[in-house]
Amino acid sequence: MTYMIMPKAVLGNWVGRLKEQYRVVGPKEKQGQFIFDEIRSVDELCLHYTPTVLPPKKYLFPPREVLLEYNLDGSRIESTVEPQPTVILGIHTCDLHAIKLLDHVFNQGYVDQHYLANREHTYLVSIECLSQCTEHSFCRDMGTASSADGFDIHILELDNVFALNVRTRKGIKLMDGFHHAFEAMPSDMKRINKAYSEKWERFSYRLDFDVVEMSDLLDDCYESKLWDELGDRCLACGMCTKVCPTCYCFDVTDEADLLLEKGRRLRRWDTCQIDQFALVAGGHNFREKLSIRQRHRFMRKGKYQMDAFGMVGCVGCGRCATSCLVHIRPIEVFNRLREYSQKTGKARGELVPVVEVSQ
Amino acid sequence: MKRLIEEVRESDSIYMPVPARIASMIPLTDHETLFTIELPHDITLRHSPGQFVQVSLFGLGEAPISISSSPSRSNGIFELCVRRAGDLTNALHRLEPGAIIGVRGPFGKGFPIQQFRGKDILLLAGGLGMAPLRSLITEVLDERGNYGRVIILYGSRTADDILFRNEMVEWAARDDVELHLTVDKPDSTWRHTVGVITNLFSEVEIVPRNTAAVIVGPPVMYRFVLRELIKVGIPKGNIWMSFERRMKCGVGKCGHCQLQHIYTCQEGPAFSYDEVEELDEALS
Repeated sequence: MTYMIMPKAVLGNWVGRLKEQYRVVGPKEKQGQFIFDEIRSVDELCLHYTPTVLPPKKYLFPPREVLLEYNLDGSRIESTVEPQPTVILGIHTCDLHAIKLLDHVFNQGYVDQHYLANREHTYLVSIECLSQCTEHSFCRDMGTASSADGFDIHILELDNVFALNVRTRKGIKLMDGFHHAFEAMPSDMKRINKAYSEKWERFSYRLDFDVVEMSDLLDDCYESKLWDELGDRCLACGMCTKVCPTCYCFDVTDEADLLLEKGRRLRRWDTCQIDQFALVAGGHNFREKLSIRQRHRFMRKGKYQMDAFGMVGCVGCGRCATSCLVHIRPIEVFNRLREYSQKTGKARGELVPVVEVSQ
Repeated sequence: MKRLIEEVRESDSIYMPVPARIASMIPLTDHETLFTIELPHDITLRHSPGQFVQVSLFGLGEAPISISSSPSRSNGIFELCVRRAGDLTNALHRLEPGAIIGVRGPFGKGFPIQQFRGKDILLLAGGLGMAPLRSLITEVLDERGNYGRVIILYGSRTADDILFRNEMVEWAARDDVELHLTVDKPDSTWRHTVGVITNLFSEVEIVPRNTAAVIVGPPVMYRFVLRELIKVGIPKGNIWMSFERRMKCGVGKCGHCQLQHIYTCQEGPAFSYDEVEELDEALS
């Protein structure tokens, strides 16, 4: 592991250099909120920010992406894999964990070359969060308040310098030829470790249980009445899934040009919260009720992805809670499920009462 | 010969369809047509019965369609039995032989025909369920010696809705196939059973421990048929079904076909009752 020390004053020089070779994006303020967008000058870059409206996954798995271009008569079909070399600056570790999960999804089984190409040409520069960002975040509970890997460079902010953990070959490439950063001295390492270890007390636990219990908890709560309550409240707007850094469901649609000569096939983010999502041609809807759709969403986040990839599908960023019009909030949902499971005695680890067999 | 799935996998994108030609279109009923699809000359499908392909109409989109022909007869040519149901399938019906469509696949897991060897095979189709089942039936009949009794129970809305009529006549004439038909709404000429498919159970004697059952039909059909099969005593692991779900990718990503944690396009669409009994989104 190589740590580099970069004086804060030269951040602009570094970003300027990066811009010569890459599209550089990062968190920016826009109308009182933060978004990931192209950084034109370093003044726009906000390294102290609360979760952006959309997570940085949009650069790897865009909301709208052309998959194929073709002639309508089938005489030409070409895939469009045209990644734009991009540096994403200032990724919170929750979003970084989400990208690790997406890497699993798009690499397993049939490899998705479109995601992969974007991923290959994207450089991830994450930043250590030194305090909890909003009332809705629960990254400490989900184990995403820090990350040992997944980044090319990880930034830790100290008083007047940034300590950069340059972890990968791609990270080294980003530092290549930049002469204003220096290898960390033992005294720097001391400061770095101190900053890392001191941050934890500024993060509170918000779940009433440990994340390792999450998958079993959701299993136990499959029949919970809470799903009905969520279903009654939910407006099926799909906002929770649109802002989610680990949602990856998509729809595929075709568009033809006005002359009906050429066309293209696109994928767009889709949401399991709308009624058409599981509707088949014959008219049967496999997830008609809102309660079942909400349950499906939480099952995916808390259980299915955990079981499939060994990574919890919710990274605790709190975006869905912030954006939900009817205040469906994951912390509350998970804690109430826990309460339910304890009340109904379904919690794991409880002794099964011995039933006496009559002779 | 190269397999279609290899051709797709080796292309730049897993979403890349291979152009294929509609060789013929034979209307089977007012709503369903049998399409014969011809792949480019050095490519073959090599599917297993129960698998599906993603069919593209350029400018309109893509839809999953189960394969109706038997693997042993598909030498670069295969058949799809398509009902006019949505935009894409309606547009398919408006095409003419010679038209170019796109295909990807075959995807998913089909029925485990190796496990069926030596067993009596009970095949139950409701309506369009005959489309994927016909792939299995023709495969079984092509390799007839590998199996015990072959019993086909087929329910349709009316006599006019019966698919693959010519083959029904052939199968009925064979002394090694037991074919039983029922319709919901009989006309005056109907001489077979009337009502739901489970009415046909009284016509056949089933040896439960030596029987593999395969059910394909509309979602409502499964529960009733399963109840009968369990009553007869067929083990859950020997009862197979094929599930219809919305699918956008076919490769386990888009999420539409998910039933609980299972991606139907990967683990299915063929499932044993054993595999899905505990999953309440499977048979809802």
